[in-house]
Parts: sequence; C-alpha cells; structure tokens
Amino acid sequence: MSILVIAEHDNQALKPSTLSTLAAAAQIGGDVTLLVAGNGCAAAGDAAAKAEGVAKVLLADNPAYDHEIAENMAALIKSLAEGYTHILAPASANGKNFMPRVAALLDVGQISDIIKVESADTFARPIYAGNAIATVQSLDAVKVITVRGTAFDAVSAEGGNAAVEALSQVEDTGLSRYVSEEMAKSDRPELTSARVVISGGRGMADSEHFHLLEKVADKLGAAVGASRAAVDAGFAPNDMQVGQTGKIVAPELYVAVGISGAIQHLAGMKDSKVIVAINKDEEAPIFQVADYGLVADLFTALPELDESL
Amino acid sequence: MKVLVTVKRVIDYNVKVRVKSDNTDVDLNNVKMAINPFCEIAVEEAVRLKEAGTATEIVVVSLGPQAAQEQLRTALALGADRAILVQSDENLESLSVAKLLAKVVEKEQPDLVLMGKQAIDSDNNQTGQMLAALTGMGQGTFASEVKVEDGKVQVTREVDGGLQTVELSTPAVVTTDLRLNEPRYASLPNIMKAKRKPLETLTPADLGVEVKANTKLLKVEPPAERSAGIKVADVAELVDKLKNEAKVI
Repeated sequence: MSILVIAEHDNQALKPSTLSTLAAAAQIGGDVTLLVAGNGCAAAGDAAAKAEGVAKVLLADNPAYDHEIAENMAALIKSLAEGYTHILAPASANGKNFMPRVAALLDVGQISDIIKVESADTFARPIYAGNAIATVQSLDAVKVITVRGTAFDAVSAEGGNAAVEALSQVEDTGLSRYVSEEMAKSDRPELTSARVVISGGRGMADSEHFHLLEKVADKLGAAVGASRAAVDAGFAPNDMQVGQTGKIVAPELYVAVGISGAIQHLAGMKDSKVIVAINKDEEAPIFQVADYGLVADLFTALPELDESL
Repeated sequence: MKVLVTVKRVIDYNVKVRVKSDNTDVDLNNVKMAINPFCEIAVEEAVRLKEAGTATEIVVVSLGPQAAQEQLRTALALGADRAILVQSDENLESLSVAKLLAKVVEKEQPDLVLMGKQAIDSDNNQTGQMLAALTGMGQGTFASEVKVEDGKVQVTREVDGGLQTVELSTPAVVTTDLRLNEPRYASLPNIMKAKRKPLETLTPADLGVEVKANTKLLKVEPPAERSAGIKVADVAELVDKLKNEAKVI
C-alpha cells in the first residue's frame, strides 16, 4: 500500500487535522507520502518532514497553490496520483473543496468524512447527520478519502525525519482566481482542535450577550462555537457554526448554552467526551445527550460561572 | 444567462431517521420527503438572479426515481422555467450523478450551474466539485454570496476561519451554503402554474452514461447512544462536578 496524504497547513506549520489524517493513514498501513502545497510553504514542508510516520514529503511551493485553490490543487494531486493506492486529506473546508475534484479527475468515487478504518478498502462514515453510521467498501483502484479529524488521535508532530522533495512541475489551470479573504481574528484555540468548546445558541438573544460566553471561554481556555440559529441570527460568524454542515468538534468538554439541541447541531458535537447543557427549558433535547444539565436562565448562570472559575 | 439548478429528493430535514433492524440501510418507508435544503437555496438563488435580470432561463434537474417529479414541480413553483428528470431507480452515487449532469450540461450549455453543497442524506459534499472537474469548469463551493458580472462570477465562500472570495470565469459551478439566502415559499397560484410547465424525462441510457457503483454498502448501524446524565441544581454544583467528578477543568 502506498498512501498520499494532502497536508492542511498555514504555510508555517501543519494543522492538527493533518496529524489526525496521518493517523488514519497509519491504520490503513503502508508508505506515507505527505504533500505540502501552498505559496511560501517551505517551513510547513520542514514541519511535515518531522511528523510521525511520514516516509517522504513532496513540497509544491508556488503562487498557483496560494490559498489552496481547488482547481490547481486537484490538477497537481492528479498529476502525482500514479502509484498510490490511497489519497487522503482532512475533511476541512479545503479538503472538501478539492478532493471530490481529484476523485472525478481520476474517475473514482470519494469516501467522505471517514471516522473509522475497518481495512484497507472498508471504512465507516456518518450519514443522515450522524443518525446512522455506514460501513462502505470502496470498489475503486484508488481510494480517495477525506478524514474526520476528531475521530482519529493525532500522530506526533515530532520524531520523523523524512526527505523533502521539491516539485518542479506547476499546475495552473487559470479557472479561478483568489480575490480576498476575511478571516476572524481570535487568540482563542481553533474550534476543531480545542480541548474545551463553549457554544451559544438562539437563547443568547443578541451578539452583545454572546460576549458573555467569550469571557467564560477565556477562563477555560476554550474555543467559542455557535448553533446554526445563533449564526443565522447574526450573533456569531459562520466559521463558528457547529453541526452537520458546519464544524465537527469532539473536545474533552463541550458546554452548550442556550442551545435547544436540534439533530443537526447534535451531529456536530455529540462525540464530545463530557457535555454540559445550560438551558432554561428543561424539555430541551440537548439535555438528552448532556452529562451535566443545568436548568437555568443563562443570563444569570453565565456570570455566575464566570465568577466561580 | 442560462442557469442550471439541481435538486435532490431527500428525507425531510425534520425527520429523524431510523436504521432498519437488519442493518442494511435506513428505513425510508412512509417518511416525508422534500427538496434537499441546500438545493432549495440554489433554486432561490437562481430565481433571484432571474428577478434581477441577470438570468434569462432557469432549468432545474433532478436525478432519481419517478417520485422526484414532486421536487421538480416544487422548484418550478418557486420560479424555475422547465425541468428535466433523469429517471433511475438505481442507487446513484456522486460520480455517476456528476457524469449524468455533465451530459445534461453538454446538452443545455448553461452559463452557471447552481447546486447544493451537500445532500442531508448521504452527507457526501462531492457532486458539485465532481461536475466541475468533469466539465472543466471552475468551482465556487460553500457560497454565501454570488455576484455575476461581465462573464465572471464572484463567489464568497464559507471556509474554516472565515470567508474567502474567488472569481471564476463562466461557465462555472457554484455550490450553496446555508447563508446564501432564505428560500421563499411557493404561492398557490405558482404551484398551479408549475403544473403546466414543461418536464422532460430522460434515462441514463438516453444520456449515454453507464451507471456504475464505486462503493458497496456493507452495513448501516445506529450510532453509539449517549445517555442523559444528571441535572445539577446550580452553577456551584456544576463547577464542582466538572472539577472533581469529570475532572475536565
């Protein structure tokens, strides 16, 4: 078996989701090559060489891969695909964007968002917002797979000593052009890899009150999340959404505040180790999955929590 | 500008599915079906482009069983001009759907293809990207804003950490995220009118595509159940439990 893993990185370092994807690759077994593609990403390439279990790093450092534009990424991965039995990427916004394009260019299917490796060709993945787990066998010669980071324990970022091969070929399709980005600035941990996540829902009433959560988050060293209702209402930006179609999180501690617990939200957080729910409606479905439930008005409970931490 | 929109018939998003007792699949008998919510957003965006004078014709396509005509009629009632059903009772996987759609694109020559980013049944999030690859088009996935100007489409995308804007030449594929728009309800007169709008039925064979399985579904199981824990009386007890029992803070 020979596996090509596509790294998620910020040009300087690997994202935790890459280390989780390497863990899935290790479970499949075989030689692992890690592709680092970007613009000015040599430092991430060096970091990739140190990751546990990586036999070789391919470095594609070129303006064509700036912001991991899907059309160019897919063309690059296709050009490298020969000889690999598996191509894996994190199920991040980037991986979800370019991987199906890779699969179609290779005339194979994609297995999305796997949570378990059963064997080299059989994988488990959630369907219907996580209300069912499907075990699927790939019938294709090359398995194109995206990996749910929270389902695999990250490999070590240190200890490896792989050779870095700089690629000379450049795949620039000219089909799409990066214009701009608007990234949320936050000193808090990244939502998908945070040890603690505190999320607010419609019950937060407005964006002013949403800041109550942030104070508690800072005391807990937590990332802040939101339900779809809170994002739709404009209390929180889209990248904070936890759920079926937003971010999937599985922290040690998940605190849901003013969130009723729609199945779409539960799909994004029910694999958390400990779940706390604070809601004034004691019938709220969130209590059915919470280890600790507090029926209380969040506008009194949150300041109290803030003070007692 | 001609816009092609795709709609998938899926279980209604309010319904909680149950796994069949023999673990072969989920049980869809007598379950309410609807347009996939992301596809509904795609239809709404197409209708808004037409209302703004940007789009001249909206063709809506679905692939699936004959019953998917219901979802096509709904899309017609929302404002699409005509419909195409690629009828098949087989389980169509993403790559096959993309291949069939690529043939429809070849036939219809749209300037823009609007699709949902994922269907809430399989949760794959693949078909739009695959169609873009097969037709050599650029792709703007997870769109929260779409602007069409001078043969270019500017798509603002929901990505990890915020928003990203890309510019694509037309024709292009755009897949919708939740906040692109809020779909309207079809009015009764429009529902009546939709019954008379053209609906063409094709088969995969008509399009010259051989439907192929890329995966085999071995089993479907319910997820590990999480049982409800305890209720705490106040914040002090909560903090105590988290510190001393769960030991997570």
